[in-house]
Amino acid sequence: MTSHDHFELLEQRLGISRRDFLKFCTGVAATMGLSTSEAMAMAEAVATPRKRPVVIWLHGQECTGPTESLLRGQHPSLERLILEMISLDYHQTLDAGAGHDVEAAKDASIAANKGQYLLVVEGSVPTKDGGIYCKIAGKTMLEHTREAAEHAAAIIAFGSCASWGGVQSVGPNPTEAKGVGAILAGKTVVNLPGCPPNPYNFLATVMHFLTFGTLPELDGEGRPKFAYGRLVHENCERRPHFDAGRFAKEFGDEGHRKGWCLYKLGCKGPETYANCPAVEFNDIGGGTWPVGVGHPCFGCAQEGVGFAKPLFSLAEVKTHTPPNAFPFIDDREGVSGMTAGAAAVAGAAIGAVVGASAVAASKLGKSEDEAKNSDSRD
Amino acid sequence: MKRRDFLKAAAGASALCGMGVAEARPNLEPAPQAVGMLFDSTLCVGCKACVAACKETNGMPPVADGDIDYYDSARDLSGDTLNVIKVYRDGSGATKDAVTNGFAFEKRSCMHCVDPGCVSVCPVTAMRRDPVTGIVTHHPDACIGCRNCMVGCPYNVPQYQYDKTFGQIAKCQMCNQAGVERISKGGMTACAEACPTGATLFGSREALLAEAKRRLALKPGEIYAYPLGDVRNPYRRHEKAAPAYMPHVWGEREAGGTNVLHIAAIPFDKLGMPPLGERSAASVAEGVQHALYSYFALPAIALAGLTYVVRRNTDKNDGGES
Amino acid sequence: MSAYRPLGGRILTPTVIGLAALAALGFFFLAIRFISGMGAVTNLNGGYAWGIWVVYDVVVGTAFACGGYALAIAVYVLNKGQYHPLVRPALLASLLGYALGGFGAFFDMGRWWQFYNILLPWHWNFNSVMLEVGLCVMAYIVVLAIEFSPAFLERLGLRDIQRKLNKLLFLFIAIGVLLPTMHQSSLGSLLIAMGHKVHPLWQAMELMPLLAIVTAVTMGFSIVLFEGSMVTAGFKRPSETHLLSGLSRAITGLIVVYLVIRFGELLVRGKLGLVFAFDFAALMFWIETALFLVPLVVLSSPAKRDSGRALLIAAVSMLFAGALWRFNAYLITFNPGPGYSYFPSVPEIMVTVGIVAFEVLVYIVLVRLLPVLHDTRHA
Repeated sequence: MTSHDHFELLEQRLGISRRDFLKFCTGVAATMGLSTSEAMAMAEAVATPRKRPVVIWLHGQECTGPTESLLRGQHPSLERLILEMISLDYHQTLDAGAGHDVEAAKDASIAANKGQYLLVVEGSVPTKDGGIYCKIAGKTMLEHTREAAEHAAAIIAFGSCASWGGVQSVGPNPTEAKGVGAILAGKTVVNLPGCPPNPYNFLATVMHFLTFGTLPELDGEGRPKFAYGRLVHENCERRPHFDAGRFAKEFGDEGHRKGWCLYKLGCKGPETYANCPAVEFNDIGGGTWPVGVGHPCFGCAQEGVGFAKPLFSLAEVKTHTPPNAFPFIDDREGVSGMTAGAAAVAGAAIGAVVGASAVAASKLGKSEDEAKNSDSRD
Repeated sequence: MKRRDFLKAAAGASALCGMGVAEARPNLEPAPQAVGMLFDSTLCVGCKACVAACKETNGMPPVADGDIDYYDSARDLSGDTLNVIKVYRDGSGATKDAVTNGFAFEKRSCMHCVDPGCVSVCPVTAMRRDPVTGIVTHHPDACIGCRNCMVGCPYNVPQYQYDKTFGQIAKCQMCNQAGVERISKGGMTACAEACPTGATLFGSREALLAEAKRRLALKPGEIYAYPLGDVRNPYRRHEKAAPAYMPHVWGEREAGGTNVLHIAAIPFDKLGMPPLGERSAASVAEGVQHALYSYFALPAIALAGLTYVVRRNTDKNDGGES
Repeated sequence: MSAYRPLGGRILTPTVIGLAALAALGFFFLAIRFISGMGAVTNLNGGYAWGIWVVYDVVVGTAFACGGYALAIAVYVLNKGQYHPLVRPALLASLLGYALGGFGAFFDMGRWWQFYNILLPWHWNFNSVMLEVGLCVMAYIVVLAIEFSPAFLERLGLRDIQRKLNKLLFLFIAIGVLLPTMHQSSLGSLLIAMGHKVHPLWQAMELMPLLAIVTAVTMGFSIVLFEGSMVTAGFKRPSETHLLSGLSRAITGLIVVYLVIRFGELLVRGKLGLVFAFDFAALMFWIETALFLVPLVVLSSPAKRDSGRALLIAAVSMLFAGALWRFNAYLITFNPGPGYSYFPSVPEIMVTVGIVAFEVLVYIVLVRLLPVLHDTRHA
């Protein structure tokens, strides 16, 4: 079957035009900083019918926010796209069935797809008292996670809870809730924090894995660099107001109504790594993200900031090495160096004085010698 | 020349030297209600909100960078820039407030000296120190543009507008010049008000000096509630771990002290501060000037003596026809 | 009959035309300065606010104009009347030097249209050295004009006025000795307030005015020697060496005084080590000191002191020495801080050259038209 045929089938399957589909893939690739040719590779991968990779989706201590955010994608409907791309063999919210049958199906799927399935975890894992504070089908979340992680090809922790523990892990943390990575020793876990996390970061990560068979480049905390490499402060559309000192000081004041920077209202953008200002939420555009609608970022994606620091306390501004364009201590305005012309003119002026003196001196010397000679002759 | 003449000359020279050691007046004291600012380099994040606020409050234009004139590219104080943030960088510049392989920010603006060199040297009183607040102001209507204030300022703060046909000296006046008068109206400087992190703090010199010393006494890592706005009545505080400060408050005593104090984690010479002792150079110059010309006494005596001698000599030489 | 006579002769010589051309060029750039601002013509900046217009035209230029002052001391205070014939030409040179120095201060002012403020007593800041320099120089220009006026009055045949003036001349001469003592020393005092910016080898603090006045008087005698020699050589007049050689004693004596103070200050304040620092400042110090020492060597014997050539070489060396001391302190080893540098631009230099050319031009013209040079027919 040719690629042309694949795209025709895809059109029929998904009910979207090939053009719209290619636009979508280009958009996802761009979010990850990939090129158009890589976008085409993604499109091909999605269009080519093959055995759909299995995804096992676990839920721990969570509010189902990540899944809900995923379901809000509309361009095209993520629900359709993902359910056509992957074989979601276990998902507590989306599964039609419930109970022990569904659990048995999960175990069977894991057994049948050893080393090939994608494990997604949503929600944190309590560890106190052997982890009894979250049990599904009589087994602790701790056991479920470790079992499922054993033979997974890749593990994605989706949302702040799965990434670093979320709200329940912030003091006093009575259940000793931890992120997935913390309870899986020696395993690579892709963390996609956010409360809720941006669905497009998840989508892009999954498509990268399906297309290239590898995970996107991760930072020291297991977060994909394409989404978490920069501070919210660095992408924020209100940054010029911060730089110019225009701050909203109270909700509803003149600055707030004019859309000025919310730093003084406690915005944690300067110490939170996420790409919310770039991709926004809900596919509406027009600044639909917390700061964009007038509320300071509270650092939901950042461990140590979200839920840990008071909403309206000032953030610590994480600064990076200033660019070379930033004025240095010894930079000055209006200093011009010596030009060859100026040096020549100055030299000529001094030379003229010295020369004239030398000529006069020799004249004086000569006339005095003459006078002496004529004296002696007399 | 003869040895005797040489010795006479040398003796004369030594005598003149003895006369030359005039008494310098002591440094001036801070004004009774001196106001100033405290700049804490470790709190500064280089956002330059203070630069923008200063330009707006004082009506200064942005500095163009070649053809680019839609944003401000000020690199240093100039006739158009009264306040600027500069960066110290070493090596890779990776760590904030580290001396090696680090970076730090420094604010450059008028230090509002306690014993201002500019005020001392200005022939026409175009630079004045307010007797109550200690703010050093400039008065372009009196100024003749001799630029003695520029060479007399240890920090090279006053800047003449060389690019204008009818230029004037420009320098920070703590937002209290005629027409702005933020301090007189009970407010604070624009830069202190704009600063989001409290790196620039306004207040009385006394309170700011106490605050600076409090910070220097903190252990690195100790959490401190840094004030924002006016140190005497901050509009908020924010908690942050204290850094390892250089154990020195710049401006406490340098050349008599300044109303604008600085603390930092980087040695001050690396942040561009000049090598100053405790004496203000201006006080020495004034001492010499007053020793020689006080009440015009010495010149008057000299003139009397000279008149007598010259008259006697010109009477001898046919009526002084020259 | 007057002891003085106009030189006469053709005015429009190639020299005069050349000088006029240089002067015109200088005034052209000066016009640009007034139309477009100082930045359009000079290389002044935030760290170097005083460039060659202040340092040469005002500081060095007025030191070069101390001929009248030095001779006034010699003739009217120390009563050495034999130098009387040298007084008028020295006064002309001084008047021109000070007038153009004052003009230089004026066009260097950033707010020159408000210059009158320095004359208004309610603006005076008595702590300021600059105030005293400004007022004193202005007053001295007036005094020089009065002291030189007999040459004009003689030429115009106004004998009555001339006689009345002569009765009061002693007072103006006395003032004309006091005023330069005040402002030439203060031109040194100006450096005190600049503190650390002046290199330690030049920053003598309280001793600055002393060094300034000693070198100024020495330069005054030297300029008399210089101008006398140039007039003799240039206008092919009889040698005045017998008259000038007496001044050499004053020059060498004062140089010794200067050296004792200079090196004494460095020794007592522990700065002598900097002299041997093998850096640029040390080099400039040695060049400057060498220029001060040359006259001591060149005029070391009575025979040499009677040689017109030796006198001229000594004088030129001393003039360069005094000029270099001022240039070094104010500009060459001056350090306002890292990142600043200054070298005058071509238009800036041409203004200074133009002013000097104008000065020489007017001197030549007036010496030809007015009874300035002493009549050599007197035996």
